[in-house]
Amino acid sequence: MRYVYLIFIVGVIGALAILGPRGAKSTRPPLEVFPDMDRMPRYDPQAESAFFSDGRTDRLPVEGAVARGTFYENEYLATGKNGEYFGKGFPIDVSNEAMARGEERYNIYCAVCHGAAGDGDSMTKKYGMLTVANLIDQRLVDYSDGQLYDVVKNGKGLMLGYADRLSVEDRWNVVLYVRALQRAANGSVDDLAPAIREELGL
Amino acid sequence: MSNVFPKWSNTLPLKLIVFLLILAAAVVSGVTYYATPKYTRVGYEPSQPVPYDHSFHVGELGLDCRYCHSKVEESGHANIPAASTCMSCHSMIKTDSDLLEPVRASYASGEPIQWVRVHETPDYVYFDHSVHVNRGISCVECHGRVDEMEVVRHDQPLSMGWCLDCHRHPEEALRPLDQITNLDWVHPGGEKGQIKDGLKFVEEWNINPPQSCSGCHR
Repeated sequence: MRYVYLIFIVGVIGALAILGPRGAKSTRPPLEVFPDMDRMPRYDPQAESAFFSDGRTDRLPVEGAVARGTFYENEYLATGKNGEYFGKGFPIDVSNEAMARGEERYNIYCAVCHGAAGDGDSMTKKYGMLTVANLIDQRLVDYSDGQLYDVVKNGKGLMLGYADRLSVEDRWNVVLYVRALQRAANGSVDDLAPAIREELGL
Repeated sequence: MSNVFPKWSNTLPLKLIVFLLILAAAVVSGVTYYATPKYTRVGYEPSQPVPYDHSFHVGELGLDCRYCHSKVEESGHANIPAASTCMSCHSMIKTDSDLLEPVRASYASGEPIQWVRVHETPDYVYFDHSVHVNRGISCVECHGRVDEMEVVRHDQPLSMGWCLDCHRHPEEALRPLDQITNLDWVHPGGEKGQIKDGLKFVEEWNINPPQSCSGCHR
């Protein structure tokens, strides 16, 4: 019996040594203990397909197809252009909500390169991002709203477009917020309300 | 009649029973400890085709989670970014890096990079990212401090019991909506403040996480 216990203890120690503690780092795929129906023969987003020749479950829309909710009758809203030319003005409701949404989206997608203040001073610039536009520069203040929208959507120069990550409304919200940044950076004492000016002693 | 069985055989049944009990205890504790996602999944960190370093991009550069995982607020699936997202910067930065070759190849050809999936719930679990991040549950609750991970590691077990812990006590995790992707945010008022504000959010946002089977299994 003594030997039985000895073998048992050796077995336990061996198992512990091989299996290791919980949470140990490993590159081996997780073991599925009872894999009943864990993996069903169905398609998940961005997954692999054995059926389609390109091996993906995600399908591109058929050429000429327009996905629901992506068609805008208002051409200016969708492209920033009236006919051939970039237009002026905002085709969305200009409100505090739009501004707040624009600020949030700007800080996610734009501030990385253009800086939180829009002056092009950012972390990525320190790492070698070339020619980041200074959004508060007079050159861009002179851009029409539609033209700014077009840059957000399609990119310009080395900047790639953000059409895949910003919806039509969000692009306009971002343009709105960029306008606010420009206003803030290029403002003068005269822009302040009299009460605030007094408070600041100006 | 002489002794058929030797004397030591008198105690053998007792010894066997004791040993079997100990063996059973060992098997039960072994299964309890190991046959759970806390052991099988936590700590999984596969090597990826491109060694993308979250701790640098998020922790150091300050990229928001949504810069890349851009559809997480609208979709049940938190998307892996397209190569064009990487190229937003890497068309200018580190353009000759060997490590980025798969990204450039994918951008040029349109063939996706085959990332290795780290977090994967069973197919009978219908987890929706958007509903969680839009209602005050931060990325960090399920994915851990990704902003400190050089290689993405499976941080939480994502087991059913673990899901239910939070569904039963959402006030312990709910946070203001502008802090969802701020992974090192903790309530400034400590645990008490968290519970107090959490309960307020439960009330205000009408948070009622399902605990019935069909909430997640449909």
